[in-house]
Amino acid sequence: MNNQEKYNQAFMENFSIEASKLNAELEYNTIPEWDSVGHMSLIASLEEAFEIMLETDDVIDFSSYNKGKEILKKYKIEM
Amino acid sequence: MRIRLFNIDQIIENCPYGLNKEEKNKLFLQVVNEMTLHHYQNSDHYRNILNLLNYDPTQTHKLSEIPFIPVRLFKEYDLFSIKRSEIFKTMTSSGTGGNRVSKIFLDKTAAKNQIKVLSKIVTNFIGKKRLPMLIIDTPSVLKDRTLFSARGAGILGFSTFGRNHQYALDENMELDIENVQIFCEKYKNDKILLFGFTFVVWKYFHQKLLDLGIRLPLENAILFHGGGWKKLTEESVDNDSYKKALNKSCGLNRVHNYYGMVEQTGSVFIECEEGHLHTSIYSDILIRRADLSLCKVGESGLVQLISLLPKSYPGHNILTEDIGQILGEDDCSCGRKGKYFKINGRVTSAEIRGCSDTIA
Repeated sequence: MNNQEKYNQAFMENFSIEASKLNAELEYNTIPEWDSVGHMSLIASLEEAFEIMLETDDVIDFSSYNKGKEILKKYKIEM
Repeated sequence: MRIRLFNIDQIIENCPYGLNKEEKNKLFLQVVNEMTLHHYQNSDHYRNILNLLNYDPTQTHKLSEIPFIPVRLFKEYDLFSIKRSEIFKTMTSSGTGGNRVSKIFLDKTAAKNQIKVLSKIVTNFIGKKRLPMLIIDTPSVLKDRTLFSARGAGILGFSTFGRNHQYALDENMELDIENVQIFCEKYKNDKILLFGFTFVVWKYFHQKLLDLGIRLPLENAILFHGGGWKKLTEESVDNDSYKKALNKSCGLNRVHNYYGMVEQTGSVFIECEEGHLHTSIYSDILIRRADLSLCKVGESGLVQLISLLPKSYPGHNILTEDIGQILGEDDCSCGRKGKYFKINGRVTSAEIRGCSDTIA
């Protein structure tokens, strides 16, 4: 699996959503599954998949599907 | 023309304990006056209260002369300064003993600002790195994700600063000692974050460990606990004996009590290494006598709390039902600026009733 696939998989598994929903419109709190509880499990999945550890500020700033990609760049995860 | 209302992002990069008395007064004088006008313009109930007080929010008033509202009003009325359709989350106080609960209405910005500010304050104590976290509570507190109790909100908020979260209690509030021990063993070389409610930590964690005769190796852990001392005072446990006892049962050296109201979630007051609760640049405290005049430093009285956060509801300036005293300002030996204080207890319900009658 490449990085993009791993990233998408974390969203699809945590929020039980289709690949077609993974786009710029997908933001924190726009679907019931991505609330603060869902958020922490998404972060945990991403950390496990990429073997990284996000800082607190980045967990808070991770506010959308696209923003997340930007944040992961800081951790040398390109997709 | 109106100036644009203060945005918390303007000070979010500052050190949360970095403003001295003069700088802070300047900021609060401007912002709290602005916020009072904002709520006056956007909340009917709030406007009615200020009109009853003959208060003119278009004029700048001294910080101590800006009206505060008693917290119990949040139990009696739905107070908000946004459109109903913008309400994104409703938080409630725990509501023990059949009392009515406070209802706090948040829009998306307010919810986001709460966690941003909480994060600035807490990372000042633990650093930016997220820590393995043991939550001393039961996961069932969060079962209904739409029902946002103060207890659930506390757990969720602090979870942001943790990773590999483990709940210490099972669904029946029983200590899950097996998993707690596995967790402690796994992270024995790490700094661990512990979080729980003051009474829950005491009764369901500490006392249970004593019963079991197990001493956990938590010398490197840092505990944050809050929620009030009422039940512990009944058992004659104060902050000092609490810390000593936890040091005995699990070697804890760093225990931080925090104080805060559901009406001002985010801008919490955390106890420093010297045992003092601190105001941050997001909050302030005033102490008042029964006649509502201001107390001197060291004099015990009613606690009034000011927060720069509440924009979606008029909770920026409230009179609590707690008794406390200011110990000093800008000169705590922990190095943090701002007022430092302690809370001595609560007023009886009869006293409060008299009080809110006067104000509302």
